[in-house]
Amino acid sequence: MNVDVLNRTGLQTPNQSKLAIADCDIHPRPPGAGIGGVSKALYPYLSKRWLEHVQTIGVRYRQPWERGSAYPKGQPQACRRDAWPKGDNPGSDLAFMAEQHLDPNNVAFGVLNPLTSGQGAQDPELSAALTHATNEWQLAEWTSRDTRLKASVMTPFEDAPTAAKMIEARAGNPNFAQVLLLTRTAEPLGQRRYWPIYQAAVEANLPVGIHAFGYGGSALTSGGWPSYYLEEMVGHAQCQQAVLTSLIFEGVFERFPTLKIVLIEAGFAWAASHAWRMDRQFAKLRKEVPHVKRQPSEYMRSNVWFTTQPVEEPEPREHLADAIEWMGWDRVLFATDYPHWDFDDPAHALPIKMTEAQKRGIFLENARAVYGFA
Amino acid sequence: MPYLHDMWRETVVRRGLDELNTIAYPANSPLTARSDWRDERGKPATTAERLGKDALDPFGTQVAICNCLYGVQATFSEDLGAAMARAVNDWIAHEWLDRDPRLRASIVVPQQNAELAVAEIERCAPDRRFVQVLLLVSGELPLGRRQNWPIYAAAERLRLPVGIHAGSTYRHPNTPVGWSSYLSEEYINQAGAFQTQLTSLMAEGAFAKFPNLTFVLMESGVTWLPGYLWRLTKFWKGLRSEVPWVADPPASIVRDRVRLTLQPFDGPPETATITRFMEHMGSDELLLFSTDYPHWQFDGTDAIPAGLDPALAQKIMVDNPRNTYARLRETTQ
Repeated sequence: MNVDVLNRTGLQTPNQSKLAIADCDIHPRPPGAGIGGVSKALYPYLSKRWLEHVQTIGVRYRQPWERGSAYPKGQPQACRRDAWPKGDNPGSDLAFMAEQHLDPNNVAFGVLNPLTSGQGAQDPELSAALTHATNEWQLAEWTSRDTRLKASVMTPFEDAPTAAKMIEARAGNPNFAQVLLLTRTAEPLGQRRYWPIYQAAVEANLPVGIHAFGYGGSALTSGGWPSYYLEEMVGHAQCQQAVLTSLIFEGVFERFPTLKIVLIEAGFAWAASHAWRMDRQFAKLRKEVPHVKRQPSEYMRSNVWFTTQPVEEPEPREHLADAIEWMGWDRVLFATDYPHWDFDDPAHALPIKMTEAQKRGIFLENARAVYGFA
Repeated sequence: MPYLHDMWRETVVRRGLDELNTIAYPANSPLTARSDWRDERGKPATTAERLGKDALDPFGTQVAICNCLYGVQATFSEDLGAAMARAVNDWIAHEWLDRDPRLRASIVVPQQNAELAVAEIERCAPDRRFVQVLLLVSGELPLGRRQNWPIYAAAERLRLPVGIHAGSTYRHPNTPVGWSSYLSEEYINQAGAFQTQLTSLMAEGAFAKFPNLTFVLMESGVTWLPGYLWRLTKFWKGLRSEVPWVADPPASIVRDRVRLTLQPFDGPPETATITRFMEHMGSDELLLFSTDYPHWQFDGTDAIPAGLDPALAQKIMVDNPRNTYARLRETTQ
């Protein structure tokens, strides 16, 4: 949630004795970028053909608006009011981000998740051109200028063979931490059309992050399109439940046992209950899916991680510790979602009793296990 | 067939209509019926007598509500849906309610069209053995959408809770990220469907508009509720300017206005965790006893999850249902 920066200044001075953290969800955004449009910052990485295309046709997604997201955000670009560098988009200025977030919060390792990168654009070749440009831009403007930050390989995921080639091209490049997908795709992400992506990710030794949102075109609920942004935001959890179920029941983790999946920005308090439900139904219907060899919850324990932001806030707070206990303390990765409005401050986001080991795990070591940084 | 009006009976014959069983519960799937609840031909719940012997006697059930799952809500023709709903309700009254005084039923309605649904509710309501209105969780429009409100107005006026049951009219992909490959996935995602539809009822203001209406979530799963409410509450705090009519915290709305049936509970394997989990529920009034008969959710008579406090079990089996259904209070002690 939004935090009043004025009340925070005394607490947030740079402090090297503070625990170093990994932030597994940071959103960089090219200046002027938005859904439907393309930032001029990406122009140097686009061919003349695609430049002309975006200037005449634009970028069309499976949603109504030429510019902007299907559900109007709670505030401009869904960003913190205090996260706007002078004259530019939040997340567009590295120096500003470092001063406001990376330095004071002692971020030792930050995963960049660009969101308006052309993923899910209807034209698959345009999607490939834009995601390629976004990858180049992350290297030029971010990772080469700040070694704490790692890029995500963006791909035209609806065209998995092309996406796989783009992942191969980045294999071994230490500036990339993961492959990034979105939750809402044309089909559930466990389905075979997406398997070349997982194959390439495993071969490149890259985890696959799956971030909330997307443009798959299916109604946001199995009962149709809801009316409110509130419903879309809460609904990210149900979308990711469906994605996780699809990955497990399609047998993705049997086919790719070393695949690491990170579910980003859709909550985690649902994880334990969802595991219990999957296990109980699997016990009855397992003959339908003989390719699934282990209990669904076992795959969750070995192949799946969850980022924290937006942290659920039960009353009393200790119930959150139960929810983590039931899914496993090693499954949880801290994330702030900077610079978005529902940013979680590492000093306040997890107000529960934790042992030193649990705390170090969530804020740093679990991410190290997933992403393998030094 | 005997309960269809002449024109529709002729339509069924002339056009060769098949049965309207949906793909949600394939007849021979293990989930659809427990093996010891199937007769020698493999069919469950074929007569009131059999139902009484399997689902009422062993549990000491004094009164039970039947929810007929037949695909009348999924027909594209609203007229066909209305005719079929009418026939189903008459069939329930004569073949089931007349044959066992312990039985009550939900009113099946053509969910496709609120006006026709209201007419069917009003037609059935004088029979006091119909105790709630039945909707499928996944219809054409999210359940909170205002086109559905005439149904809620009629239910509230007649003091009938609205029971929302697992199932779909298949107007949309069966998960929010597209069509699943497997029945297993579809069924697991029913819990997610309930979550999104509860959000819809909340966000559209249905609870504020109909202050005396109770919604009962049936075969929804239970253990998702606390974690879901934590998330919903957080975003309600952040975005309530978008839905200013939602004046109370979502958890308190649920505590006052929403009930869930017990099976499937979707509980953890360890008894101690169940006990701990029940603290997260935050209320002992939310759950209503159910067997989900003939669906296979438990074995023997173990419908109450191990680890539940006996006093709570008593509330779930007797007090909570009586407090939920006005018409059960009329006829039971």
